[in-house]
Amino acid sequence: MHKIGWLRVPLVATYAFLYIPIAVLVVMSFNASKNPFNWAGFSTKWYSALFDNELIRQGFINTMIVAVGATILATILGTLLAIGVARYFRSAVVEAYSLAPAIIPDLVLAIGLLAFFALIGVTLSLFSVLLAHVVFGMAFVSAVVIARIGQTDSSLEEASRDLGASATTTFFRITLPSLAPGIIAGALLVFTLSLDEFVVAYFTDGPSTPTLPIVIYSMVRFGVTPEINALAALLLLVSFTIVISAQRITRLTDAV
Amino acid sequence: MTLETPLLSISGVSKAYGDVVALDNVSLDIRQNEFFALLGPSGCGKTTLLRSIAGFEDPDAGTITILGSESTTPINLLSLPPNKRPVNLMFQSYALFPHMNVRKNIMYGLQREGLSKEEIAQRVDEVLITTGLTDKAAVRPAQLSGGQRQRVALARAIVKRPRLLLLDEPLSALDRKVRAEMQIELKRLQHEVGITFVVVTHDQEEAMSMADRIAVMHEGRVQQIADPVTLYAQPANVFVADFIGSGSLLHGVANQGSFSAYGSTFPCHNPDQIAGDAVLVLRPEEVRITAAAPTDNPLMVGSIIETHFYGGSSSTTVRVAGVDHPIVASHPGAPQYIVGDQVGLSWNPQSAVLLQVQP
Ligand SMILES: Nc1ncnc2c1ncn2[C@@H]1O[C@H](COP(=O)(O)OP(=O)(O)OP(=O)(O)O)[C@@H](O)[C@H]1O
Ligand SMILES: [Mg+2]
Repeated sequence: MHKIGWLRVPLVATYAFLYIPIAVLVVMSFNASKNPFNWAGFSTKWYSALFDNELIRQGFINTMIVAVGATILATILGTLLAIGVARYFRSAVVEAYSLAPAIIPDLVLAIGLLAFFALIGVTLSLFSVLLAHVVFGMAFVSAVVIARIGQTDSSLEEASRDLGASATTTFFRITLPSLAPGIIAGALLVFTLSLDEFVVAYFTDGPSTPTLPIVIYSMVRFGVTPEINALAALLLLVSFTIVISAQRITRLTDAV
Repeated sequence: MTLETPLLSISGVSKAYGDVVALDNVSLDIRQNEFFALLGPSGCGKTTLLRSIAGFEDPDAGTITILGSESTTPINLLSLPPNKRPVNLMFQSYALFPHMNVRKNIMYGLQREGLSKEEIAQRVDEVLITTGLTDKAAVRPAQLSGGQRQRVALARAIVKRPRLLLLDEPLSALDRKVRAEMQIELKRLQHEVGITFVVVTHDQEEAMSMADRIAVMHEGRVQQIADPVTLYAQPANVFVADFIGSGSLLHGVANQGSFSAYGSTFPCHNPDQIAGDAVLVLRPEEVRITAAAPTDNPLMVGSIIETHFYGGSSSTTVRVAGVDHPIVASHPGAPQYIVGDQVGLSWNPQSAVLLQVQP
């Protein structure tokens, strides 16, 4: 028991290191005082200030446009990519290539995409951020869906054809539903990743349409305000909700 | 002998995967309403043949035709996609749709035919009763036992009322008891529903007890097609004799109407049709054990190395000096000798089949 007690120290220290800043941030977002060393009572005024801040509101709208658009596109393309790779190229190399955008460093991806957009003459805007997010989002979706395909019985589609279904009917009534848990999990993953993605967005965004992380970045350069704490607390809430619902959906559909 | 056109006619079908020849010039006919078994060791091409009929493999050569439901002219199956073929395949893995309950699984094939809601409901209800699944209709496959899953797979196939139902090792995943029940159920369904069955198995007892006719396959080739009794009593070659039933094979040489092996000459059914290397097939129930006394004129003399009593019958294993493997005899009642006894062996020449060994 003595030994185990000692082993707990690094564990507790790690968790403390990880969660104390988050806890402080959440607590401070409710602090009535601007001074972080002075607790002046509970208040939600920073949250109201947040909603009155035009810059943050616009940043939030921009981020939602990118996240929703990138999630939809990346989910569709990533699913098709996964099915294609699994069905036609049973090769580890092709599979690795399809996953590469998820693994290579953000900075490399960002610079590469920037160069590519410049090359083909795309003006940087929200649209270019959206495309950039589709690139890595697609890789994440296909990774999750390929794993799901590996778990499903490959004769399901043949059984459907055998029972008289056309290839199209089979795809929509058998292939997609049996991959649904993977597809949903992939989509939620892309949404959370896109929501707070900074590096790629910073490189590929136009100056007039900053996404929320870029807005926050430009604000914190002048110090962390309680408003930012409130915003971060909200982002945390959104991410947690999505991750937990992703887990529940996967578990629910897996149990069938 | 009827001159009825066969329901399914397979002719000269070959299929290779790279260097592996899965099917080598396979030809066979399936008659209407028959229970046909494909029997053979693992890897002999049984699944490949079924998949070719169902439309999931494209043979390199040969034709497969089936009689249409109205017309008497056969239709070329190979030109049709799987969903247009009037056959259904029950997969070895059952391939039940995990996101649908039992009823939806069974309905799926009927919905594809565009039948009316009432007709679908009625046919599904009927088949649920036939397969004893009525109280499981709302359950998803993951909540079913192996035997129940198999019945769902079967129900899903028969509800389509195909002309021909292909079953790939339908019983292999089941334990002995459920298996025996399902064998009876399959036969009952065949009579009740009037579907022609082609069943793949590598369990020869299962094939022998259920099938009207059996095709024995080996290395992609059909070795023999016959009813179970003929297959057992008159195997076409050494492979079939060895694969079907138990028994002892004596290796020797046939020459001018006599068969000699291990330095002696033995009587047999057909010595003059065969010349050169040959094998004599001795089925256990044809081998008689007698006292070793020379007055009984035994064909062989050996000593007993094993006896087994099965209740109604027993088997005795005898080692004969000079013969490489022991000879087994079976007979009703309890064993009459004990291990170590010297006994004589003899058999009725009419029941001992001599087979040519292919060079
Ligand atoms: N898709 C494939 N690619 C390559 N070889 C294959 C393929 N399918 C089958 N084969 C080979 O063809 C041969 C026949 O296979 P098949 O599955 O028809 O055998 P089987 O008689 O059904 O065996 P089992 O009793 O084990 O199911 C085997 O040697 C197998 O390895
Ligand atoms: Mg097989």
